[in-house]
Amino acid sequence: MRLTPTFFIQLFNPSPQIQVRKISFVYFKNLLEYIHNFQYINNHIVPKNSNISLKKAGGVTLEDVVLELNDLHTHFFTDSGEVPAVDGVSIKLHKGEVVGIVGESGCGKSVTSLSVMQLIPKPPGKIVGGEILYKGENLAEASEKRMRKIRGNSIAMIFQEPMTSLDPLFTIGNQLIEGIRLHEKINKKEANERAIQMLHQVGIPRAKEVIDEYPHQLSGGMRQRVMIAMAMALNPEVLIADEPTTALDVTIQAQILDLMKNLNKENDTSIMLITHDLGVVSEICDRVVVMYSGQVVEEGTVREIIKDPQHPYTKGLIRSLPKLNEREQKLYSIPGTVMKPSMEQVGCRFASRCEFAFDRCFKANPELYSLGEDRKSRCFLHDEEKGVEEFANADLRS
Amino acid sequence: MPTPILEVKKLKKYFDITGGVLGKKLGEVKAVDDVSFSVNEGEILGIVGESGCGKSTTGKALLRLIEPTDGEVFFEEQNIINISDEEMRKLRKDMQIIFQDPYASLNPRHTVEKIISEPLLTHGMKSKEERQERVKELLEDVGLKAYHASRYPHQFSGGQRQRIGIARALANNPKLIVCDEPVSALDVSVQSQILNLMEKLRNKYNLTYLFIAHDLSVVKHISDRVGVMYLGGMVELTTKDQLYEDPKHPYTQALLSAVPITDPDEQQERIILEGDVPSPSNPPSGCPFHTRCPMAMDVCKEIKPEFKEVEDQHFVACHLYE
Ligand SMILES: Nc1ncnc2c1ncn2[C@@H]1O[C@H](COP(=O)(O)OP(=O)(O)OP(=O)(O)O)[C@@H](O)[C@H]1O
Ligand SMILES: Nc1ncnc2c1ncn2[C@@H]1O[C@H](COP(=O)(O)OP(=O)(O)OP(=O)(O)O)[C@@H](O)[C@H]1O
Ligand code: SF4
Ligand code: SF4
Ligand SMILES: [Mg+2]
Ligand SMILES: [Mg+2]
Repeated sequence: MRLTPTFFIQLFNPSPQIQVRKISFVYFKNLLEYIHNFQYINNHIVPKNSNISLKKAGGVTLEDVVLELNDLHTHFFTDSGEVPAVDGVSIKLHKGEVVGIVGESGCGKSVTSLSVMQLIPKPPGKIVGGEILYKGENLAEASEKRMRKIRGNSIAMIFQEPMTSLDPLFTIGNQLIEGIRLHEKINKKEANERAIQMLHQVGIPRAKEVIDEYPHQLSGGMRQRVMIAMAMALNPEVLIADEPTTALDVTIQAQILDLMKNLNKENDTSIMLITHDLGVVSEICDRVVVMYSGQVVEEGTVREIIKDPQHPYTKGLIRSLPKLNEREQKLYSIPGTVMKPSMEQVGCRFASRCEFAFDRCFKANPELYSLGEDRKSRCFLHDEEKGVEEFANADLRS
Repeated sequence: MPTPILEVKKLKKYFDITGGVLGKKLGEVKAVDDVSFSVNEGEILGIVGESGCGKSTTGKALLRLIEPTDGEVFFEEQNIINISDEEMRKLRKDMQIIFQDPYASLNPRHTVEKIISEPLLTHGMKSKEERQERVKELLEDVGLKAYHASRYPHQFSGGQRQRIGIARALANNPKLIVCDEPVSALDVSVQSQILNLMEKLRNKYNLTYLFIAHDLSVVKHISDRVGVMYLGGMVELTTKDQLYEDPKHPYTQALLSAVPITDPDEQQERIILEGDVPSPSNPPSGCPFHTRCPMAMDVCKEIKPEFKEVEDQHFVACHLYE
């Protein structure tokens, strides 16, 4: 709904039966209640407590998107040439949503998330195009001062290697308390209590002792949980987690996924979860973005991606998984290996490994075809009628 | 009765923790503490367990790449623990290992040709032509091309490097290969290529694998029997179907329930364990799992449960089954 003249007329005259002239006390009361039920967000009047997203209600685009990457290009300028590590990536993250980003090693997942945080090593890296909109503000153009504020308050990141973001010279307690006090006006003692409580929350045994220990004294799993405690201490609006559990054992992973789920449910934190484990995705994500060689190749809900993948890469990926509860003799495997993103690449980046590739695939790179709301796939087969038929009939389950 | 090609009995490996200027012994890490199992000829025995539980140490100690502290290892009925280095070197021809990190295990300054032909030379293939011929054959066996022989490891992707590692292990027609997390570092789409290759080679050359991994679906896919380790000890060992359908040890149950399932329609109830894996330098008394076990009883704190057969071919170390 937009703040337009029609809206006001409707507001004052919600039903044609009531004449504006005959405003009674009851009508006024109703009107007040009616207005009370709306709130004003980003220049739009939105019904309060409504779970209808604005898009559906009135075709408005700003709605509840907290983070939006728009045609992001991040390149590395190396001795051996320019590497388009992130090559036109667009991703939307809504309020309270968990979006998974999956893809093979080197496809640009970490570079994408580091770009959001403006933590790309420069040189050799550089954001050469596109926007990173955090609630409408373009972070690609934000000053370092502003970014520090964002990183301390609004967007928190858990890194692939926890050691990179824990300071080896300070105790766990020092680092946690600093984070908490940046945020809340409480004294040292209270902050200390909070820190211990947080370590408990993330399942760290002996929290009282751990708080005086240094990062190297902790196991990898404990360090990762400290990172999560620190991220939670910020109570961020957006959490970007880069392979938070990849280095951990499954029983510890289960604990951490549980924690992240709670954070998402209780605080409505939006989470961008980078992983290559489709099991993890299935467990906690709402939507999935599949990347291949610096680009998004498919996007959809978890169910759509896992049960009904459309892009040949995603199809192959899902088929290659050994399944815990299925018996199969031979695993499917995608032939060949991932190519490094390169500026010279023409044609579909997956063409050399794709069993459906045809002439056109080697000449031009397909666009991301829209297959429905927030459902996309980058493959010419969605364009070529004949191809689609063959593709749809291919028995990929066998 | 299938014949065991390898029998490990009460294997122990303790590492000393030293410190101070004089390198005084401060304690020890019980990396492998009393592990027994056997591997039958032509079988794939999977070993799973969390990081630091002693899987790699078990694999290396039974090949005597590190010297065991105690225990016995029989390879084709010969006790190999006390044989001379010379005899051991000869036996290595039959017992090979593939490592997790395909990059670290290949010398970056050597060509693929040199890497693969080195073990051939060690075991007496004197003629250069013969070696070149064999290298070519091996490269083809693992799905690489003959022209790859002149390249260096850094020119290959992770999956291709793992193929080179496999070719090297195969060079002298071994009988047993200890595979220490051979696919853990690889992407899913490449992982399945390597798993298929390993199965193909097993069938072709009647190999026996001890397959170490932490990914339970990978182990399930490839193994005939599976052993589960926790904190230096084997807690459960049985056929793969039995293990995945009827896990008996509380740790195995928790481990299996913690594996995220890809299919959104098949999500399962999870057993979330409390706390961290204890340190092997200071293992808990009694059952090593009692600090995290949801079923722990009083006796578990005091007495270490014995690893014994509770059903046909099903070994468990837990007081619940006594
Ligand atoms: N500092 C750098 N200098 C040059 N190239 C880089 C640098 N960092 C990343 N790249 C390149 O950018 C590409 C994407 O890397 P990125 O780390 O985002 O991959 P990823 O998807 O996170 O992979 P992984 O699953 O292994 O973490 C790679 O091809 C990599 O070689
Ligand atoms: N050379 C060594 N000196 C001292 N301690 C060691 C040594 N090698 C291994 N350990 C310790 O022994 C224990 C078992 O290690 P091991 O490498 O066998 O575990 P793992 O099960 O293979 O783990 P991962 O899954 O991480 O490879 C660990 O606590 C480790 O720290
Ligand atoms: S565009 Fe062609 S090569 Fe690319 S995924 Fe589709 S069919 Fe395969
Ligand atoms: S012996 Fe006791 S503590 Fe150990 S696994 Fe069995 S029930 Fe749990
Ligand atoms: Mg990464
Ligand atoms: Mg290991």
